[in-house]
Amino acid sequence: MASVAFVSGFCIMTVEMLGARIMAPYFGGSVSVWGSIITVFMLALALGYLLGGRLSMRNPNALVFASFYVSAALFSLPIILFADAIMRPIFLAVEDARYGSLLASIVMFSVPTTLLGMISPYSVRLLVEREEHSGQMAGLLFFVSTVGSAAGTLGTSFYFVLWFEVNRILWGAVTALLIAAAIILVAGYMRGSLSLRVRGHET
Amino acid sequence: MKPRFVLSLLLLALTAPAAGEVIHQERSLYRDITVEQNGQRRCLIFNVHRGDRNQTCIDLDEPERLVFSYTRMSFAGLLLAPEPESILVAGLGGGSIPMTFSDLFPDAQIDVIEIDPAVVSVAKDFFLFEETANMRVYVNDARVFIKRAGLEGRKYDYIVLDAFTGDYIPEHLLTREFLEEVKQILNPDGVLVANTFSTSRLYDHESVTYQRVWNEFYNFRLPTSGNRIIITRIGALPPRGDLTGAARRLADQVEKYGIPLLEYPARMSTRVDWDMSRRMLTDQYSPGNLLRD
Repeated sequence: MASVAFVSGFCIMTVEMLGARIMAPYFGGSVSVWGSIITVFMLALALGYLLGGRLSMRNPNALVFASFYVSAALFSLPIILFADAIMRPIFLAVEDARYGSLLASIVMFSVPTTLLGMISPYSVRLLVEREEHSGQMAGLLFFVSTVGSAAGTLGTSFYFVLWFEVNRILWGAVTALLIAAAIILVAGYMRGSLSLRVRGHET
Repeated sequence: MKPRFVLSLLLLALTAPAAGEVIHQERSLYRDITVEQNGQRRCLIFNVHRGDRNQTCIDLDEPERLVFSYTRMSFAGLLLAPEPESILVAGLGGGSIPMTFSDLFPDAQIDVIEIDPAVVSVAKDFFLFEETANMRVYVNDARVFIKRAGLEGRKYDYIVLDAFTGDYIPEHLLTREFLEEVKQILNPDGVLVANTFSTSRLYDHESVTYQRVWNEFYNFRLPTSGNRIIITRIGALPPRGDLTGAARRLADQVEKYGIPLLEYPARMSTRVDWDMSRRMLTDQYSPGNLLRD
């Protein structure tokens, strides 16, 4: 479970770091482009936390959990396949690069990032077995996913952009998310049931 | 050696490296800006802490004279486009390049792009830069400005790319796609002058990229400057004889700025002196800051 939290944290920051590079040809490299990206990522994550927390109330299980990873991977595909088709009309319609980059960030990054944000609270719910451990579990998961984020940031900005093309790095992130989903499904299967019921507040 | 001479040498050694007086300092969104004055020489310096680099200097006694070799070299493009009617300068600095253009060609339309509004006000307050009816500064990213100019069908006779001299390299201004956008806004008989890097691995990558988009270009270097200036145009480059002829015709016109145009043709080479196997820079692959050792 910890390893998949690492993957989600890693991918969030990989996509975020590449976001500036993807948008620079249309909106430039000014500080406001970074501002747009970070704002959208923060808001999307916030929304994801809320939704993930709410979903965890209803029969939390590995299948749903894995589906977050799969759908985040799928909704990242437009960034790879249609980035130009998305940004060109926005560039044409919005003169001010600040709002252009904000709009483009929303269209490209908000959905996959929200889905990735849903992972954290949901994984806490899956892992917590006793109430007194909840804080510790949450702490562990945040630790792992944030270390993953740090690794994703560093790896992307120091090395990946030097070795690979942007789209290849994004394909790598998509693959990593799908592998994480597979790990969750296998682990859930081995524990007996995919609709892994979690002990807790069932009535 | 006479003791007095030694003493004066020593004195010189002690005083010479002492930097001038800092008359203005600010931290903008993009960089630290320092204005220093040493006698009548006033310099704009970016990012003082990392390897002092004089961005632009002016001599207050003779403000029209260009103090730096690379600023003077930016006018070598006149050898290919002697009478530009529309000029684009990306990167304002202290404003000496656009001001010289404005002085040389008062009727030409001059657009200047500068990403940092703080640089614009420093150029105006300390470096005698002024916008005129024909010369406007746009606070914008060069890539965004040029892309939009291309869509609107605007074209220029003379384009100077001088946005690469700060501490951080704008990687989106080094790519094949960017150069293709630049090509789109250049008139068929216009000229592109790009001030680029002459050291580090980036030299090879950049040369490969320029060659891919422009086929051939003049590599213009002077022993007095660490800069490499790329000069090119759409279509074939003129024979060197044409350059020499143009230099002779124009030399007097640019003499007062201190531009030694007559020396330039001999320094402009089309010889390939870079590693052609290096990877081209594209929007997908442009780690410029990591390639600068």
